[in-house]
Amino acid sequence: MSWNWEFALKVFPEIFNVIWLVIGITFGAYAVALVFGLILTFARRSSFKPLSWTVYGFIEFIRSTPPLVQLFFVYFALPLIGISLNKYVAGILTLGIHYSTYVSEVYRSGIDSIEKGQWEAAKALNFTKSQTWSKVILPQAIPPVIPMLGNYLIVLFKETPLLMAIGVVEFLQKAFLIGADHFKYLEPLTIVGLLFLLLSYPSALLINRLEKWSNQAYGKGSR
Amino acid sequence: MWDNINVYFDILHKLLPAGWMTIKILITSALLTYLIAFIAGLGRVSQFSIIRTLTLIYVELFRGTSLLVQMFWIFFALPAFGVEFSAFWAGVLALSLNYGAYASEVVRGSILAIPKTQTEASIALNMTRWQRLKLVILPQAFRIMLPGLGNNSIELLKGTSLVSLITLGDLTYRGLIIQNTNLSYTVPVFILLLILYFIIALPLIILVRRLEASASKGVAKV
Repeated sequence: MSWNWEFALKVFPEIFNVIWLVIGITFGAYAVALVFGLILTFARRSSFKPLSWTVYGFIEFIRSTPPLVQLFFVYFALPLIGISLNKYVAGILTLGIHYSTYVSEVYRSGIDSIEKGQWEAAKALNFTKSQTWSKVILPQAIPPVIPMLGNYLIVLFKETPLLMAIGVVEFLQKAFLIGADHFKYLEPLTIVGLLFLLLSYPSALLINRLEKWSNQAYGKGSR
Repeated sequence: MWDNINVYFDILHKLLPAGWMTIKILITSALLTYLIAFIAGLGRVSQFSIIRTLTLIYVELFRGTSLLVQMFWIFFALPAFGVEFSAFWAGVLALSLNYGAYASEVVRGSILAIPKTQTEASIALNMTRWQRLKLVILPQAFRIMLPGLGNNSIELLKGTSLVSLITLGDLTYRGLIIQNTNLSYTVPVFILLLILYFIIALPLIILVRRLEASASKGVAKV
């Protein structure tokens, strides 16, 4: 048994068709990660110690336990304590929250790179706390870390096959179902691998270029 | 849910044997991961362009696709070529090749982080290429790469849970079976799973913190 072009060409459109679902999940989870990551960053910086410690523990716990088990927890266990989510929402929330802990590290590195003088100047100008953040700190902290944030979009994209475990028919699940139907896994699984490579590699190159440009614009190692 | 502590002990009793499987997978694939990382990381800075190209292709191939896809490919698609692995070795191989690709970037980065003057000095001292690497570059690069490799091992631990999807009886797989046979155990099973993974990760987390703290200690700042 070896590669069968006819079969490969026949199943390619079937697999390719789920691309919109995959893209939807990726961007959904990314939005959750960006927003929730920012909330975590602020909570972590809070001067109310119990809050910042709790958030620190939460981040460490989420970061060091498998997203797959977290997914099962959200999808199978949460409904029993009254929170029912459909598989798409459960998947988007789990991936989004898991990677929000990584994203919050990225935000933190951006914020830490802002010089103390900026905070002092904002204070001297009598800015309120929210003005300081929205007008002084974040506009300087976020742009330099955009390439790093972009990396996590690609990471999330590559994590979407995980959702097959709760029955979301994304690339891998689709290919696996086709493979099981025909008892031929080689072609569909190879197509999935190639699709991931073709979609993520150019994006990675794009982000590399963005990073170079960003380093020039904001100065490398300004942290 | 929390009132019956016996439920937790009952589940823990059933989960723990599978914990050994998870640890076995973690240790086997960690060893293989670091072996691959060093080979590929050194290959990326080789003097021969053919080796550089081959290792670059390997790294980009495995970083550009999903770990789960690679695992499924090795377990379900490779047999079409007559190459069959048990679930254990398919899982270990996929984990090692995937995380080895990421870790090789850590190795490469650390080697490149050593100032060029070190290489020049060893050339001036008439060292061979191998001596230069073994006596001058790697000892310095090693301490730079340790925190990165430590973080990599935590990611690897998280990755081991994926072997449950190719029917290998690790913690996650056993947890799913317990949950399937007794649905009232659903909440405690997954809470315990998360806690057990965290307990396995804890020594690694502490190790990484230590390594990060000591990475710069006792080294003259340039």
